[in-house]
Amino acid sequence: MSAPAESPHPAASARISPKLGGATASGAATPAGPGPAPHQQNGPAQSQMQVPSGYGVHPQNYIAPSGHYPQGPGKMTSLPLDSQCGDYYSGLYTVPTQNVVTPNTANQQPGAQHMYGRGPSAPHIVGSTPGSFQGATSPTLHLHTSAAQRYSHFVNHYSSPAMYSANSSVASQGFPSTCAHYAMSTVSTAAYPSVSYPSLPAGDPYGQQMFTSQNAPTVRPLRENSFSDHSTAISHPSPLPPPPSHQYHQPQSLSGCSTLSWSASGLPSTQHNIVRNHTGSLATANSNSTNTVTDSLSCPVMQNVQPLKSSPVVSTVLSGASSTRTPPAANRPVEPVASVTQPSELLQQKGVDSSSTTSSASPMPNSYDALEGGSYPDMLSSSASSPAPDPAPEPDPAPAPAPASSAPQPSKMTKPFGYGYPTLQPGYQNATAPPNSGVPPSSPGYSGFQPYAQQYPGMNQLSSGLGGLSLQSSPQPESLRPINLTQERNILPVTPVWAPVPNLNLDLKKLNCSPDSFRCTLTNIPQTQALLNKAKLPLGLLLHPFRDLTQLPVITSNTIVRCRSCRTYINPFVSFIDQRRWKCNLCYRVNDVPEEFMYNPLTRSYGEPHKRPEVQNSTVEFIASSDYMLRPPQPAVYLFVLDVSHNAVEAGYLTILCQSLLENLDKLPGDSRTRIGFMTFDSTIHFYNLQEGLSQPQMLIVSDIDDVFLPTPDSLLVNLYESKELIKDLLNALPNMFTNTRETHSALGPALQAAFKLMSPTGGRVSVFQTQLPSLGAGLLQSREDPNQRSSTKVVQHLGPATDFYKKLALDCSGQQTAVDLFLLSSQYSDLASLACMSKYSAGCIYYYPSFHYTHNPSQAEKLQKDLKRYLTRKIGFEAVMRIRCTKGLSMHTFHGNFFVRSTDLLSLANINPDAGFAVQLSIEENLTDTSLVCFQTALLYTSSKGERRIRVHTLCLPVVSSLADVYAGVDVQAAICLLANMAVDRSVSSSLSDARDALVNAVVDSLSAYGSMVSNLQHSALIAPSSLKLFPLYVLALLKQKAFRTGTSTRLDDRVYAMCQIKCQPLVHLMKMIHPNLYRIDRLTDEGAIHVNDKVVPQPPLQKLSAEKLTREGAFLMDCGSVFYIWIGKSCDNHFIEDVLGYPNFASIPQKMTHLPELDTLSSERARSFITWLRDNRPLSPILHVVKDESPAKTEFFQHLIEDRTEAAFSYYEFLLHIQHQICK
Amino acid sequence: QCNPLNPLVLSEYLIHAFFCVMFLCAAEWLTLGLNMPLLAYHIWRYMSRPVMSGPGLYDPTTIMNADILAYCQKEGWCKLAFYLLAFFYYLYGMIYVLVSS
Repeated sequence: MSAPAESPHPAASARISPKLGGATASGAATPAGPGPAPHQQNGPAQSQMQVPSGYGVHPQNYIAPSGHYPQGPGKMTSLPLDSQCGDYYSGLYTVPTQNVVTPNTANQQPGAQHMYGRGPSAPHIVGSTPGSFQGATSPTLHLHTSAAQRYSHFVNHYSSPAMYSANSSVASQGFPSTCAHYAMSTVSTAAYPSVSYPSLPAGDPYGQQMFTSQNAPTVRPLRENSFSDHSTAISHPSPLPPPPSHQYHQPQSLSGCSTLSWSASGLPSTQHNIVRNHTGSLATANSNSTNTVTDSLSCPVMQNVQPLKSSPVVSTVLSGASSTRTPPAANRPVEPVASVTQPSELLQQKGVDSSSTTSSASPMPNSYDALEGGSYPDMLSSSASSPAPDPAPEPDPAPAPAPASSAPQPSKMTKPFGYGYPTLQPGYQNATAPPNSGVPPSSPGYSGFQPYAQQYPGMNQLSSGLGGLSLQSSPQPESLRPINLTQERNILPVTPVWAPVPNLNLDLKKLNCSPDSFRCTLTNIPQTQALLNKAKLPLGLLLHPFRDLTQLPVITSNTIVRCRSCRTYINPFVSFIDQRRWKCNLCYRVNDVPEEFMYNPLTRSYGEPHKRPEVQNSTVEFIASSDYMLRPPQPAVYLFVLDVSHNAVEAGYLTILCQSLLENLDKLPGDSRTRIGFMTFDSTIHFYNLQEGLSQPQMLIVSDIDDVFLPTPDSLLVNLYESKELIKDLLNALPNMFTNTRETHSALGPALQAAFKLMSPTGGRVSVFQTQLPSLGAGLLQSREDPNQRSSTKVVQHLGPATDFYKKLALDCSGQQTAVDLFLLSSQYSDLASLACMSKYSAGCIYYYPSFHYTHNPSQAEKLQKDLKRYLTRKIGFEAVMRIRCTKGLSMHTFHGNFFVRSTDLLSLANINPDAGFAVQLSIEENLTDTSLVCFQTALLYTSSKGERRIRVHTLCLPVVSSLADVYAGVDVQAAICLLANMAVDRSVSSSLSDARDALVNAVVDSLSAYGSMVSNLQHSALIAPSSLKLFPLYVLALLKQKAFRTGTSTRLDDRVYAMCQIKCQPLVHLMKMIHPNLYRIDRLTDEGAIHVNDKVVPQPPLQKLSAEKLTREGAFLMDCGSVFYIWIGKSCDNHFIEDVLGYPNFASIPQKMTHLPELDTLSSERARSFITWLRDNRPLSPILHVVKDESPAKTEFFQHLIEDRTEAAFSYYEFLLHIQHQICK
Repeated sequence: QCNPLNPLVLSEYLIHAFFCVMFLCAAEWLTLGLNMPLLAYHIWRYMSRPVMSGPGLYDPTTIMNADILAYCQKEGWCKLAFYLLAFFYYLYGMIYVLVSS
């Protein structure tokens, strides 16, 4: 049990450590506890060592330890174990007693020890600290002697560290972790001294660990260390004398492990129980079980122990978890033990105390988990429900003190960061759990272990048990839980997938930037590029910097505090060295705190620079001074360039546009200086003189499109307020002005040149409406699409621009702070690939309405109307630049989005809008070994529509990890997918579509095979993924079936290119819906789990997987594809639903084209509509609703989004998994 | 951004091609052989340049991507070394011919 628990947490560390395991541990131990170690001690130590190593290394190890113990009891995950565990808390304590009692026969003793160990292990499992417990217990047992005490000390130390770390978590561990910590600290310190150096070293390591704990990985190591320490402690003694014993123990342990594991299978449930208990902190049950278990174990010793402590102890522990009580209990038992063991060691007494503390420490392990959990709780993840959070409060306080106590030892006092994830994998855990009671010499832990892994299916129970174990306290384990993809049918969670929370400590977590604005594909940054390469995962950031925020601290200050060398803005993650100086967290330069910064405007107090809003919020906005201006802030300037050729008039967009403009004229963002202008073009270019004072708008026609000039440069862009009447006249007249035009040509290029000339003095926004291929003048384009190639599976050509005219124009515009937004409303091929360049490089946005017609295609017309409303009234920032900085050692190498890259880290954005997302690829240039945190900061400097210069700063802080498992634990699958999609778009443009598709598949294959080889050396017949990556193959498959990348299905080139543009510039949340739509069943909406938004009840139906198997004829389903909603009505759908929601009597009477839900006064209609409205809110592209009847021709559009199903041209999800598996095995 | 640089690319390539032609005329097969790989590389590089209307090689929108930038820089250094070595080799060849004649 303990093993599992630990394993999850420290998994990574465990792995790492395991390898080092024995050696490092022993080494550490030696230093730490070089002291005298009797053979027995050694023995124990060994056993301990083994255990720790086991922990660290693998569950196997764990198992092994347990096996040793015995085998007990072991970890035995089985019930006995549980009982032990339960007891364990008590057990540990008890252990000592047991030891005392039953030191007698060595064998028996070992067994007892094992038992104890198990017991401890169990606790360990429960907490992260089990190891320590085990160690403690085992030491106590083994040692009986002083060594044991030392061990215990060590254990205590460990536990104490754990505690420390735990503090934050607090958690159920309850333990009294705080108490324990305190006790520990005091004791430990005392004990250490007494114990002597060994303990001290141990303490140091662990202290370091604690500190290091900041980094999850480090933490794990720490644990390992601690384990190792224990072991070392043991080993120390042992090293000196008893290596043999180690070996000896190890074998035992191994055998034990194997046996254990096997037996465990039977026992799992009990283990689970135990685990749960531990986790649950309900000791009583555990204690009972433990008692029973022990009984079952039938080890005399065990029994003795049990009787002694178990029940009381356990209970105490449980209760203790919350309070310090347990410690006392532990102490009591311990003390006796101590006395028994070696009275001589007064210190040892302390040690005993410490051991008792250890016992508390064992809780510590829990606390460890709790620590992690503490952080975890925030994590939300699976364990969200977990009670663990509760502990948090306590932990917080505890941590501080603990660190303080421990602080002295470790040089690095870094704050406790998030805990390492428990690295161990479930399988391991399972293995550990299973330990048999019998002494198992024979099979190595491995063998035992493997079976487990292979037995996977069986694992479910185990894993669930594991989950149970860790469950409450730490989600982390969850993120690493191996999942057999081919056997997991319902991979998609029923609730939306949330961003993983970086494994930081609570304080930092609270401060960290919202994942909505700033996400990293790896929430644990690997320490080195080599590690990153090993993980085969993309590293990058996804930004949504100008998102509409409801709460944004705006800071007006004369001096904006920035680092003097790297110009980083002060942020919550800097460290204040003292009152007057702060250390930059990006370049580590020490800067002075300016006088003004000492005063806090919020609290009106002086001398608290760390309370300033800049240091309390990771997203802030500064009002910039004139230092940040190259010229006076520009006014808002809007120019509309409209296609009025025959084609455009036919489509009828002018009516909609003019209507929207008239409605929103007053809502255009801007101040009194706002200017606006209009141009139209067909084969000539028309300007409109709207100068104030004219009686009606004047149209000026320029027919010289080869050399465009501006007829009256001053009066074409006019003040919105002074010429409002003229503008309204023009907008009213425009739709009818060209109704009889016969001009079919379109001179877009020259019109854009004219627009550029018009805008270049000020900069601003140009909105271009185009309905066909430009056919005259500069920038004319040829039709490049061959309709017969649309469904080709081979080569898709012409994804890149045909000419660089638009790109150069965009660069010119960008240089003059002008952005070009493109609205393409065409029914035919318009070479979006070339046209899009004008927006791509000038930081504009692109809207595409295929087959637009105002009467024939009302849904598109409605969409245009809604989009325009949003487009015209949303926030806008002018003449913006965005700079992204990151901690020294990281570097950015490729940017994705719409902008122009002016230098390696500076993006020039003529306009910024709230719907623009960006992605950045990162590489690790220098090893990050000397830092535990990395930070990223984006600073967006822009001119608001009110003419204010502002800087919006986002800062994201992430932990650095050194183990591969931690890297996997921290994967943000959605971010990774979005980054991959961006990279794939680049690849398909620069190379070919099939290359990009291969690259996507390879990304899955590589990362999963890398993970597979990390998990074990076994030839796995199953496709294993960590739970953090379980959706990876599904999303990649979705990408492959996305319009942008699909082959074999008829896809118009413009549609494809538009999808690519969307991928490049959509923020993550919207992009994910595009890639993987959400499917809901809406014919049975209930208020269960509903949320309330603006007094409206919004039902929250569960997500369904995108497979036809989920569609039943009796149901109605809503699919949310980001820009489109489909409502699919089954053939035998309940007539009540059809009547109440759709307003038709039965299925047959539903019209083929239906794009609205009628406002009916029924409950189900209200629910459905409020749900849809809620989904619609805050989309940059307002989705259109299609009601799709089963059997209607439109249903193919709906079905093509069911990405888990097979199509003529593409794999089903299961086939895709098999394909991947095949690729991996190759 | 790349305006000052782009016109120089083609002139460099032309000068190098001119040298190659001269070596060909002089029947300096060894020297020509040394230069052929670079000539081929130039031709390939120019054929696969991004879509642009003017002469040149460097696309201002992508040049700042770290990998492309790094590639171009590396390419620049390598060619500098090659030209330097070639210069001294030509010098040596010329003096050798002068002395021996």
